[in-house]
Amino acid sequence: MMLAGLLIAPVVTAVPLAFYGHRRFAPAVNIAGSAAAFLFSVGLAWQVFEQGPVRTEGGSFFVDAFNVFLAVLTAFVSMTTAAFSRPYMAHEFKQGRVGPRRMRLYHAMFQLFIFAMLLALLTNNMGILWIAMELATLATVLLVSLYRTPESVEAAWKYFILCGVGIAQALFGTTLLYFAAERVLGEGGTTLHWTNLNAAAPSLEPTILSLAFVFFLAGYGTKVGLAPLHNWLPDAHSEGPTPISAVLSGLLLNVALYAVVRCKVLVDGATGTNRAGQLMMALGLLSLVVAAFALFLQRDVKRMFSYSSIEHMGIMAFAFGLGGKLATFAALLHMLVHSLVKSSIFFTVGHASHMHGTQQMDRIQGIVRGNPLVGWGLIVGVMAVAGLPPFGVFVSEFLILTATMREAPFLAPILLLGLAVAFAGLLRKVQPMVFGVPPAHQVPVRAAHVPVLLHLALALVLGLFIPSFLSQWFETAVSMMRW
Amino acid sequence: MNDPLPYVLTIVQAAALLLLAPFMVGWVRLVKARLQNRRGAGPLQPYRDIRKLFAKEAVVAANASWIFRFTPYLVFGVTVLAGAIVPILAVDLPLAPVADVIALVAIFALARFFIALAGLDVGTAFGGMGSSREMTIASLAEPAMLMAIFATSLITHSTSLSTIVAEIHKGVLLKPSFAFALIAFVLIALAENGRIPVDNPATHLELTMIHEAMILEYSGRHLAMIEWAGMMKLMLFSLLGIALFAPWGIAGTPGGGSVVLAFGVMAAKLLAIATGLPVLEMGLAKLRFFRVSEFLGVAFLLATLAILSHFILER
Amino acid sequence: MSPVFLAQVIDLLSALVLLLGFGLLAQRRIYALLHLFAWQGLFLAANTAIVAYGAGVRHLYFSALMTLAMKVALIPYILHVLIRRMKIERDVETMVNVPLTLLIGIALVVLSYNVMSPIQEFSTLMTRSTLAIALATVMLGLLMMITRRHAVAQVIGFLAMENGLFFAATSATYGMPMVVELGVALDILIAALIFGVFFFQIRTTFESLDLSKMARLKEDVGE
Repeated sequence: MMLAGLLIAPVVTAVPLAFYGHRRFAPAVNIAGSAAAFLFSVGLAWQVFEQGPVRTEGGSFFVDAFNVFLAVLTAFVSMTTAAFSRPYMAHEFKQGRVGPRRMRLYHAMFQLFIFAMLLALLTNNMGILWIAMELATLATVLLVSLYRTPESVEAAWKYFILCGVGIAQALFGTTLLYFAAERVLGEGGTTLHWTNLNAAAPSLEPTILSLAFVFFLAGYGTKVGLAPLHNWLPDAHSEGPTPISAVLSGLLLNVALYAVVRCKVLVDGATGTNRAGQLMMALGLLSLVVAAFALFLQRDVKRMFSYSSIEHMGIMAFAFGLGGKLATFAALLHMLVHSLVKSSIFFTVGHASHMHGTQQMDRIQGIVRGNPLVGWGLIVGVMAVAGLPPFGVFVSEFLILTATMREAPFLAPILLLGLAVAFAGLLRKVQPMVFGVPPAHQVPVRAAHVPVLLHLALALVLGLFIPSFLSQWFETAVSMMRW
Repeated sequence: MNDPLPYVLTIVQAAALLLLAPFMVGWVRLVKARLQNRRGAGPLQPYRDIRKLFAKEAVVAANASWIFRFTPYLVFGVTVLAGAIVPILAVDLPLAPVADVIALVAIFALARFFIALAGLDVGTAFGGMGSSREMTIASLAEPAMLMAIFATSLITHSTSLSTIVAEIHKGVLLKPSFAFALIAFVLIALAENGRIPVDNPATHLELTMIHEAMILEYSGRHLAMIEWAGMMKLMLFSLLGIALFAPWGIAGTPGGGSVVLAFGVMAAKLLAIATGLPVLEMGLAKLRFFRVSEFLGVAFLLATLAILSHFILER
Repeated sequence: MSPVFLAQVIDLLSALVLLLGFGLLAQRRIYALLHLFAWQGLFLAANTAIVAYGAGVRHLYFSALMTLAMKVALIPYILHVLIRRMKIERDVETMVNVPLTLLIGIALVVLSYNVMSPIQEFSTLMTRSTLAIALATVMLGLLMMITRRHAVAQVIGFLAMENGLFFAATSATYGMPMVVELGVALDILIAALIFGVFFFQIRTTFESLDLSKMARLKEDVGE
């Protein structure tokens, strides 16, 4: 029931928005739909918490501790993003950057995008997972080019083509997976069900699965933004409307990483080694270092935070690859807090760029004077994402570092280097933006305060203590991993 | 030595090549003329041309060396030799042991090398240009040719023409590698014989000619021999193509009746080729010289694909 | 028909699919590209139908029909109409020269063969030998997307890659489960429509579908 509601809510919301998305009441509908989805997700989470993993009749959907927490997170962040998008898009509409037709497109696609992500998270079928991932790309690609500037069209095209290339590799991986599974489980629609595959994993042919994982990692890894396949990400995340940047960076990357991890569990089961994890660690570390240094070169503020997203996805991929109880626990926590913090940063950045009419960092200064809450929100968010205590990111990064020290101490210096460089890069750029002298072209805007505050407060709480139900979920999710 | 038939056959084969090649070229020209709405000369015109050239005095440039005089004889002789070793009528001929495809390619390369030298020898601008272009094409066509031949040898496990023909004769159908090799061979044959789209045998337009430019200084019997050798080369490539890709009807063992039958079948196939070639040429435009490398690149690609698909699909 | 003969036909058709992959790499003119792509789809559909017949798998007939409808008729038609309507430049320039691209393509075929040959050992299907060809087709599509600088050519590369993926599913397992196959087809259809939208967007913002004009988004070096 809850599951069906969760999946249907965005679709039902999308339909009226496709026709009336430009009306005054549209943002409210958008928020209401997302809020409904969030309520359903909480209900579903309660169900999982009470009864353990939920499997629907026929096994098409499967909800366990791992994906339910991501589903709740997705529904929550999309709800707050919908709240943020209300004043933001109203401003864009007033400025004439988007017309009524594009407002309709924006609202409808926003909901469809959420649906695609939820479908990817909740489905039990590896084939449907692929379809949903592709659907998520298709839903967002027209939003990236919403402004129709040369830059945004270029970014969207790059996004479309590179992710298309990537996702094709993942489909090849899925084919190989089905090939291996068919030999054990027989032909048919249920063969690709993750639960069946997972049960049969030890008897799957390791040669085939190893190869399949290479394709999975290349495919879904492109969507995670892992270096060296990350080129599209800074463009796509920086050229679209800011609410879309927030959900792309905060949610879609998580979902893609979720897909990789699901595949990794199967492959580990078949091979009985952590070779897949080592691949993930290598790509993760590479992404971390590449992105950390790239932070210094950025002039566009959203672009810089996109690189920061790559950096954090690198850390998570590394931690999942490292495996073990501690690292996996930390990676899950990191997924959660990074989503919260990164989307709140994008909220404040969106308002800040409206105040200054640009995304160029050297033209954005003294936000605190113009709007203290946006300014403080930004600086606090950056401190949080850079890994300063007492925020949740600090805890998760600390745990990952501890696990690295124990499992692979020779990699710890690289990890530390990446973190330190990213820290320096971010704070150096953001500090003058927040505290500098406000330029003459700064104008006040109506900002959405609640989402920012809510996100940061949650990130702070998670840094101070982890509620027992959450740690219990994480524990169950961790126990699912084989390595 | 007790059975003279194979030896007779070898000689008949070479003689047939010698005598029928002008007819084939004449036929090609006739069909082409008709396709272009011209009446055209009869198929026997090349014989008349050759006779005329033999009757004329051979003029040799004052600064020409022995290479210039020697080349026509070499080219002619080598081509006749090639005609003797390609299995045209039967497979088990006395020269079969030397009928190796690689040797055949080398024989053609030898002839080409000397023609190019002769083109340079007199020191005229056209000769040098023709030689340089000819060698450019050769450097691309020969590897492709070898690849195509390797593909067929892979299928039949031999580079001996006789064995290849005998193997294919047993029945190799529908193999992709075989089809690719055939197309590659056709492309290379077009380039090797200076046909459209690589070269135009009918042109004396200074900027586009290749083969004609090299032999521009020849006259009289020298020119006759080179022209005749060129005609034989066209026929030889047709025969080679038939031998490699469509040898049905060839006599398995030298014997009276089967040889006669083989002769008839062979003549029919040759006629089909001589009719198909001008039709094909009509549909094509001559390529810019710099596009020729792409044309031959395609041939090389096809030949390579033939080898690859043999490994991938047919093991 | 004997299974040996069927296997030979399948091999021949798959070799033709591969050959057309190379043709797409080498072709410069847009309409010719479109036709080559349609031919590739046709051979693929024929191949699928023959596999369906040879192995007695019903649902593959449906897949073959779907391929025929989408890849041979619908998508080429849509692209054709778009190209005509928008008066897109007919010539497509390639970034790397053609012989080099073809050589890289050959290398990719060899690579695919090397990657897939250990996997083939596990298959007992009549299509096992075409697995490497399928991967090679994917790789050639990928190469095409990388080397081409024209939006339409990149899209055709994308669709050729999709052809390869479909081919892989057919040759590895006689097709994916029906739900998945339908979903994938739906995704591709939506993608094709979005590509069409993009042609218009690129056209209006860059006044050409030549993507070499897209060079605005680069890393700023230094400050």
